[in-house]
Amino acid sequence: MAGKTISRSWRFGVLANRKFYVIGFIVSLFLAGVVSFYASSSPDGLEKVAEDIGFIETAKDHSNVDGALADYGVKGIENERTSVGVAGVIGVIGTAVVAGIGFKLIARKPKKDGN
Amino acid sequence: MHIPDGFIDPQTSAIFAGISAVGVAAALKGARSQLDEKTAPLAGLTAVFIFAVQMLNFPVAAGTSGHLLGAVLATVLVGPWAATLALTVVLLMQAFLFADGGLTALGLSVFNMSILAVWAGYAIFLLVRKILPKNKASVSAAAFVGALLSVPIAAAGFTLQYAMGATATFSTSTVLSAMVGTHVLIGIGEAIITGLTVSAVLASRSDLVYGWKNNKQKLEIRSAS
Repeated sequence: MAGKTISRSWRFGVLANRKFYVIGFIVSLFLAGVVSFYASSSPDGLEKVAEDIGFIETAKDHSNVDGALADYGVKGIENERTSVGVAGVIGVIGTAVVAGIGFKLIARKPKKDGN
Repeated sequence: MHIPDGFIDPQTSAIFAGISAVGVAAALKGARSQLDEKTAPLAGLTAVFIFAVQMLNFPVAAGTSGHLLGAVLATVLVGPWAATLALTVVLLMQAFLFADGGLTALGLSVFNMSILAVWAGYAIFLLVRKILPKNKASVSAAAFVGALLSVPIAAAGFTLQYAMGATATFSTSTVLSAMVGTHVLIGIGEAIITGLTVSAVLASRSDLVYGWKNNKQKLEIRSAS
């Protein structure tokens, strides 16, 4: 874009970028891995409404209810704080991999054919 | 607002799975022209952050909790097309890995949160931003209002699905008032988290923020693509 200052702004951009994304990722890891233990365990809005009105009875068990990470806990880890924390970290890393690769592919502008 | 299997009948679930598939396909196309190599990482980080913050249920009223939806947050940061995709990735991870949100109900949830909340929230954001002065505080304020309303709008989306295909027989108006009432409260938390996060990103990397860039650069010549 700005042709004259391209090298300077490029250098600044790389540093600021790395710092920005590292901080964002660490904050996400901290929230999902540590803070999540302190989240409210009350039913969420939809669940509460369904309980109060009475249609909660029509909910079926999740088809993956016995999965290794079902309900944000790692099967086999007894300690609840560790269980939800590890599940959160796995979720953050998994989302980063899927979304990171996905958006990178979407944003890639093919310069020529092939690639 | 992750819908479990069983609330809504298979027919209605299938209809919304179809609508959501079309919406997500359109978003894939839209995001292709909206994202570039500079903004794609922010779209990824946005999905990650929303996943993390969705784990943090906050108490809203007696015995009720809520958590961030993230539709307007994502829209303001990376634009509505990429926001639809980011939310959909989060919902897929939650449903398949964490058994949060039914698999047959996935189309219903994607419609309410990844499509309806994103686009309605985006419209409100644009409207509010238009009447405010052109500065960063206005972008945060418009994000706040859009986020506030996006949650009851998504709740109304669920009520529409309930009206079309509930397996229970309670009246739609009862469900509507309970859903919207509860989710207005959750919307306040949504608005606070969204406003703060948008302000933080605007303060550190405003050059990446979609809802700020496309306000500021209205008169710039767009490169043909």
